[in-house]
Amino acid sequence: MGAYLFRRILYGILVLVGVNMITFGLFFFVNSPDDMARAQLGLKRVTPAAVEKWKVERGYDKPLFVNNAVQGFAKVNETIFYEKSIKLFAFEFGESDQGRNIGFDIANRMWPSLAVQLPAFMIGLPIYLSFALLMAFLRSTYVDIWGVLLCVLMMSISVMFYIIAGQYFFGKLWNLVPISGYDTGFDAIKFLALPILISVISGLGSNARWYRTIFLEEMSKDYVRTARAKGLPEHKVLFVHVLKNALIPILTGVVALIPMLFMGALITESFFGIPGLGSYTIDAITQQDFAIVRAMVFLGSVLYIIGLILTDISYTLVDPRVRLS
Amino acid sequence: MNYNHNDRKTISVKLFDMSPYFRILCVFCIVHLAACNGSVWNDPYPAGEGQENILYTSFSERPKHLDPVQSYSENEYAFIANIYQPPLQYHYLKRPYSLIAFGAEEVPQPIYRDTQGRMLPANAPTSQVAYSDYVIKIKKGLMYQPHPALAVDSLGKVKFHHLTAADIAAVRTLADFKETGSREVTAADYVHQIKRLAHPKLHSPVLQLMSAYIVGLSDLVSDLGKASKSSPDDQFVDLERYSIEGAQVIDRYTYVIRVHGKYPQFIYWLAMPFFSPVPPEADRFYGQAGLSKKNISLDWYPLGSGPYMLTVNNPNRKMILERNPHYSRETYPTEGMPGDQEAGLLRDAGVLLPLIDKVVFSLEKEQIPYWNKFLQGFYDASGIASDTFDQAVQSSGTGDVGLTANMLERGIHLQTALATSISYLGFNMLDPLIGVGERARLIRRAISIALDYEEYISIFRNGRGMSAHGPIPPGIFGYEAVGKSGINQYVYELVQGEPVRRDIQEAKRLLAEAGYPEGRDLKTGLPLLLNLDASATGADSKARMDWYVNQLSKLGIQLVIRSTDFNRLQDKLRRGTAQLYFLGWNGDYPDPENFLFLLYGPQSRVKNQGENASNYSNAEYDRLFNKMQHMANDHERQLIINRMLEILRYDAPWVWGFFPKEYTLHHAWVSNRQPNQMANNSLKYQRIDWRLRAKQRALWNQPLFGPLVILLALSVIAIIPAYITLRRREKRSAIDRGSQ
Repeated sequence: MGAYLFRRILYGILVLVGVNMITFGLFFFVNSPDDMARAQLGLKRVTPAAVEKWKVERGYDKPLFVNNAVQGFAKVNETIFYEKSIKLFAFEFGESDQGRNIGFDIANRMWPSLAVQLPAFMIGLPIYLSFALLMAFLRSTYVDIWGVLLCVLMMSISVMFYIIAGQYFFGKLWNLVPISGYDTGFDAIKFLALPILISVISGLGSNARWYRTIFLEEMSKDYVRTARAKGLPEHKVLFVHVLKNALIPILTGVVALIPMLFMGALITESFFGIPGLGSYTIDAITQQDFAIVRAMVFLGSVLYIIGLILTDISYTLVDPRVRLS
Repeated sequence: MNYNHNDRKTISVKLFDMSPYFRILCVFCIVHLAACNGSVWNDPYPAGEGQENILYTSFSERPKHLDPVQSYSENEYAFIANIYQPPLQYHYLKRPYSLIAFGAEEVPQPIYRDTQGRMLPANAPTSQVAYSDYVIKIKKGLMYQPHPALAVDSLGKVKFHHLTAADIAAVRTLADFKETGSREVTAADYVHQIKRLAHPKLHSPVLQLMSAYIVGLSDLVSDLGKASKSSPDDQFVDLERYSIEGAQVIDRYTYVIRVHGKYPQFIYWLAMPFFSPVPPEADRFYGQAGLSKKNISLDWYPLGSGPYMLTVNNPNRKMILERNPHYSRETYPTEGMPGDQEAGLLRDAGVLLPLIDKVVFSLEKEQIPYWNKFLQGFYDASGIASDTFDQAVQSSGTGDVGLTANMLERGIHLQTALATSISYLGFNMLDPLIGVGERARLIRRAISIALDYEEYISIFRNGRGMSAHGPIPPGIFGYEAVGKSGINQYVYELVQGEPVRRDIQEAKRLLAEAGYPEGRDLKTGLPLLLNLDASATGADSKARMDWYVNQLSKLGIQLVIRSTDFNRLQDKLRRGTAQLYFLGWNGDYPDPENFLFLLYGPQSRVKNQGENASNYSNAEYDRLFNKMQHMANDHERQLIINRMLEILRYDAPWVWGFFPKEYTLHHAWVSNRQPNQMANNSLKYQRIDWRLRAKQRALWNQPLFGPLVILLALSVIAIIPAYITLRRREKRSAIDRGSQ
């Protein structure tokens, strides 16, 4: 298993290099360093000298990938790509283009993201699984038919609609929770209730349908018939046997998402005014702050790779037949 | 639906027995009730805060800079203009906008000197004036806000200027420094800030402009640049070791700024935060290695002497200004405009400022939640977005605007004000088709007539704007009403004293004269094709662009919209490859020079990277501009401006577009609000009746439990049959189930 993990980590590093190159290429395809400088220096009275000075101070005056003005290894390492990328692998995110420490900001902003995403995940998953099991068990009954219809309907609606409708009904019309905002500690509860509820509801359609498909396949297997023949109560058949055996495909989708919970939800955070990493990324994109965009994409990639490795490990925990080698 | 406590308890207990999910809901409700602590359930602010003298407002974009040498945008000024105290400020009530003393004792008058330093009379010709001296006496007894940079021990030595690595490791925010201090503001602090303009790491947006005027500033830039290159990146640059010829301390309360030649507009810059006092202790404190890695810098934690101080700076969530406890010298204005007394704007005349103890800015990125929270009373004032306009404002048959019944019922007030800004469509005067020559001029004038901005304002801005006849907005010296010389007679004609847009036939005639009858080239027969570069965003951008296409199609012109992002548009303007483009300008100060310079030849974007994006050049206009910019606001200056405007209207380098009109709403508990397009430090004048606010909030935000109970009941009703089916299936024999 050790060798397997080592190999996966090495692959992960290659993936990170690739992701970093693609992010870099895409960003500079639409934004030149001059654009970035002007975005930071403002719109009024920005002189070419000020733009040049800004670029020099932040190292954006160098060529993107190859520096033909120098010789040897310097051709590569005296470039924007090398200078801006290499430190990422040591998790040194440096300063944003506005001059703020990115690592400090990430450390502060991941908690609000987690405060929404983790409860939504913890509450949502059992609900999705239970609903899917119910539909699968009551296959072809009105519960299943209407349940699938409901799921398709819920999948078809944009998350924005859930947010606006939720804010309108719960916040504005019924005055039960604040429409938007955030606070720390105990006071956070009233702000988090609605985003969590909406996150859970908006994910119900797609998740329940996906799990239903998995459960239907599993319930047609012989061991289920055997379990029933033994006289086991149905809830034990479903929640002990079927659920356990369906865990591999469920884990494939779920475990990889766990580290990503830190990254937050872009639209939800923006509409609810939650100061998490999702809104941090959106802000950085709109303000053309490449340093933050790069750091967030890198962090997202790292967390996703970790998620995939955790998924592999989780297979060995739920299925003894699986060996990582 | 109302319940008493016993009813609620009965329902809760019964449902509690029925469903484990309800258990979770009950826990949430209990926790929620505890968290709400007596206030209404949907109150986004900490419990009990509604009983304080606090103004609640919002911000949509985190400020990039709070350092007064760097900040230059409206969303940054919303904070720092209330924290810092430049020498001058704008009178809150008087119009036209006039400067009054703020940190200074009085508004300084320039002393003109020749090259030998001899004093010249006030009416000396510009050519003789080598320097203008502004001697500024500051008020005695001005004090800085409490701040750790100014904390001293019992021996009078600064406490936090020699932090060790361990000290720095122990702090996360500025609030972790438990001791603070204050001291009196001195003239040297104002001079120090002028030196900060030249700081190589600070990138002041006005450095280049000021270097051209303040004597010795460019030399200081050069000296500091050399020093910066020879020292490590994070080395503290001690500005006190440097001096600047054009900013000298005379005594503890007096300093002088010397500028090259005559520059009457310089006085307006003295009302901007660029010239606020900053104590050198601030730079020494924040310059300590390690603090910047914790984002502890002057750019994040300002240190000012104004009416407010920033006590919470979390631009991801909220920013809070609180009354500077050492600020007590300023009083509410005792004079205003006719009608201000009747409007209650002078009710607080002579009262010490600020009138509000605390201002809470909450981050609100989206318009819908912001608007709804305003209606619930959680924001004290609001602008009006296009999609909420109809909810708030209605037009009468006579064209007057007023609030809707719903707004009036809530006691909401509407205020309108024309902005000191202009939104225009520009022509690239370097373009061979629409920029160069007489033919191009005729095409531009035809387009100017065809683009019916009155219609545009009505459709796309809900009437919030005024069509422009030139670049100078109303309220700025040089603007003349349409009835006088203010009309653009090439686009409008006066009918019974009112400007009426010229007939489209006249535009067609001009186009035919240019060689494009019915929009087709007389020689080739090809249609006249123009390109409009637009970085249009927003829900109605497609409709707006279609409107432009349709307007020009009236002339037979084919307009191609080249959608682009703002960066690309700027790039095209810099390279001079755009043909038609949209831009706007928000005035820095209330002087015509600040608008007329946008078409001044040497400001050409292509040639000199200036603000003249149309690259317009007219020798007479430039000559008149050079003369006008140094003049006082008198009749002669008005005549020159009139001539300049006539040249512009004739040449039509812009379609003049419109002056935006701002609509703002405020609740009945807010008073002393008066739109002021120049003063950014208006928070200190406003008053809140927090008792009325608390009462109205409680009235408007009563929680409704009925729908929630119905929702729960529906959920239970939906679950029960499923549960029954489940139980029934469970009870079937194994053989039956297996046979399915």
